[in-house]
Amino acid sequence: MKQPEHKLIKDKDIQLMTSLVLRWGVLLSMGVVILGGIVYIYRHGHEAIDYSTFTGEPYFTRNLNAIAVAVVNFKGRAIIQAGILLLIATPIARVLFSVVGFVLEKDYLYVGITLLVLAIIVASMMGGFGG
Amino acid sequence: MSVLVLTLIILIGAYAAGLVGSLTGLGGGVVIIPLLTILLHVNIHYAIGASLVSVIATSSGSAAAYVREGITNMRLGMFLEVATTSGAITGAIIAKYLPVQYIAILFGVVLIFSALLSLRKKVDHIEKTKNLVAETLKLNGNYPVGDTHVAYNVQNVGGGFIMMIFAGMMSGLLGIGSGALKVVAMDGMMRIPFKVSTTTSNFMIGVTAAASAVVYLQRGYIDPGLAMPVVIGVLLGAFTGSKILVNAKADKLRYFFSIIITLLAIQMIYKGLTGTI
Repeated sequence: MKQPEHKLIKDKDIQLMTSLVLRWGVLLSMGVVILGGIVYIYRHGHEAIDYSTFTGEPYFTRNLNAIAVAVVNFKGRAIIQAGILLLIATPIARVLFSVVGFVLEKDYLYVGITLLVLAIIVASMMGGFGG
Repeated sequence: MSVLVLTLIILIGAYAAGLVGSLTGLGGGVVIIPLLTILLHVNIHYAIGASLVSVIATSSGSAAAYVREGITNMRLGMFLEVATTSGAITGAIIAKYLPVQYIAILFGVVLIFSALLSLRKKVDHIEKTKNLVAETLKLNGNYPVGDTHVAYNVQNVGGGFIMMIFAGMMSGLLGIGSGALKVVAMDGMMRIPFKVSTTTSNFMIGVTAAASAVVYLQRGYIDPGLAMPVVIGVLLGAFTGSKILVNAKADKLRYFFSIIITLLAIQMIYKGLTGTI
């Protein structure tokens, strides 16, 4: 018996999936940021602070491994930064899901375009532009 | 100032910025940066870093709703993200070498331009002319109006793409969503219905901002102590704004805020010109 050609999923499913990824990504990351904020305020709330001159950030807020280590040590600012990383990862995860969606939809033109967007973001991460 | 007091002040300011940004359609980013730099004397690099993070949050949060409603043209968004993300990286690289005075002046100019655009009449024009490039790239779409779906065609793909590279660059350089520029490209050049333009622009802003945020993070421009109240405040403010019904009064409110934003923009330019930023 010859199967009629049909797509595994439709645009509507991709829309729903995208919507869920974005919503939960934002909620989760905000939860982590708030938790980190409470720890940070509890520990450092009465210290003086000044943001008027740019001094750069301590290493434990700029590097993935260093953030992870500091989170384990329950440093408030590192937990906030982990939440911010989750937030930055949210739209990137949305792009990743789109690749899967377009593959299932057999839209190979858009698999290519979406992979190109991912490649640009990876280049931004790994390109050493942060120095 | 102590951390606790400053965090509370920024939280309130960010809430106001998110609310005004949402009501005017300008976005929280362009409001929070002058607020932080002019009123609270925060260094512009820190302000831009924190704003970028808040831009990702508001864009992703509202895109979640629009995508589900089927207004967003996801293929168009994906295609144009090639332009905006590469522009964003370029902008983030330039940001390191451009003196802060120039960043402030450029910011002011983009802000005034955005405020003017937000006051324009919004018309959903439906383009029926066929365009070969748009058809090949499957960019044409349809969107729900009442109970039916209205189909539209996309024009001037090349011009829109180039404009998007520019919009991405401004986003990466100034830490804003540059929604106004994206809408110019889509609504003005590509002849896409206004509603689709704004929601698709919103959809692209998160990825665009993420592309430059990874550079800013590694460079130490994202301070968690500052970004925390900014992102929470802007997101809550934007959420409140989206719940306020758009009526005639809201229209007057928009004019009022646009004037205030323009004044802030002029002050940014002045500070940039006199080198006091």
